[in-house]
Amino acid sequence: MIPGGNGFMLEGVRRLGAVTIFLIQLLLQCVPALGRPRLLVHQIYNAGARSLIIIMLSGLFVGMVLGLQAFNLLQRFGSEEALGTAAALGLLKELSPVITALLFAGRAGTALTSEIGLMRATDQLTAMEIMAVDPLRHVAAPRFLGGVVAMPLLTVIFSVVGLYGAQLIGVQLMGVDKGVFWSQMQGSVGLRDVNEGVVKSLVFGIACSLIAVHEGYHAEPTAEGVGLATTRTVVASSVITLLLDYVLTAAFL
Amino acid sequence: MRPNRTLEIGTGLFVLLGFAALLFLTTQLPASGVKFGAAKAGYHVTAEFDNIGDLKVGAPVTVAGVRVGEVAGIRFDSKDYKAVVSLRIDPQYQQIPEDSFASIQTQGLLGGKYVGISPGGLDSYLKDGSRIDQTQSAIVLESLINKFFAGYTSKGSGDSHSQGADNQSKVESKK
Repeated sequence: MIPGGNGFMLEGVRRLGAVTIFLIQLLLQCVPALGRPRLLVHQIYNAGARSLIIIMLSGLFVGMVLGLQAFNLLQRFGSEEALGTAAALGLLKELSPVITALLFAGRAGTALTSEIGLMRATDQLTAMEIMAVDPLRHVAAPRFLGGVVAMPLLTVIFSVVGLYGAQLIGVQLMGVDKGVFWSQMQGSVGLRDVNEGVVKSLVFGIACSLIAVHEGYHAEPTAEGVGLATTRTVVASSVITLLLDYVLTAAFL
Repeated sequence: MRPNRTLEIGTGLFVLLGFAALLFLTTQLPASGVKFGAAKAGYHVTAEFDNIGDLKVGAPVTVAGVRVGEVAGIRFDSKDYKAVVSLRIDPQYQQIPEDSFASIQTQGLLGGKYVGISPGGLDSYLKDGSRIDQTQSAIVLESLINKFFAGYTSKGSGDSHSQGADNQSKVESKK
């Protein structure tokens, strides 16, 4: 995986191709993988339910910070009532999908990569192949699907907790009127804004899960290789998330 | 694989929480939101306005700048062509005189609208279902500007006089 004599560019293109081929193989295995719902449930639990605490805690604090900063900014223009709108739009459209994806990459993505990488290193995947069990179908596909299902759910939970945090600061601490906070928010937030966040999180879910599973599946079968693959998962997921976020935002405007 | 109880409960809770959050975002945030929850305590009074500007449900109702309740509902009376605003006053404020004066005011320069009540002098108080008779509409910034320019142009040349006067009368009839 280290860029060799062929040059950095060519290696980059090769890896992009490898990931794309892997995605197609994975998608082909996703339908049969659905026939084993128990494997899928297990992965949703791993990727989603076990990330719940960190997501909710982060959401609360991000919402609270947003409440403080937006209040401070809006106060200069004498329009503190817009706090609800600012917090809701900021959370729904940008902060929730992106921060959830970054946390997901750190919390669930690394776990996926090191788990699959260790399976590779201890020859479990090879053993499965010898037993005519497709590891792509039984190991990779359920983990990928679990991440794709978990991400949008985590994102909307992040949004709701974040809104509560913003409300906590704005209404309880800063004294913005509660009715105004909510009615201004409801007046300017549409279903379209909610959709934007959900679509973004779905795309991020696909990207982050794909990277995590791919890196693990193709990790070098050594202790060092698994460590490197885990690092690459976090770096690649974070960069891709931010890049895709820009593209999606531009597409939605 | 043996089903694991904790795992299933955990996953179930997670998915349930996720869909509850999604339901909240899709039904509560947009303006067409469905209202859940029990009605809040307090008593309701109504007031009719010629023009409520962009007053919204949930906007505060204040007396002397102190919040005493909120706008509970807005509907259009097609007989009088007036906006009927229902105000929910918190139960601890029982002594608002019946002849009080309700006006629609603006928070800050560009802020949202709210209903301000100036207390009257009567000894009988507003109670559930009563009506505030004296009201003042929202001041619409555009019509103020319109009025200003109407006055300005009518003073200027005789040519635009008729148009200016026209505008002015329009503004006045609005009032």
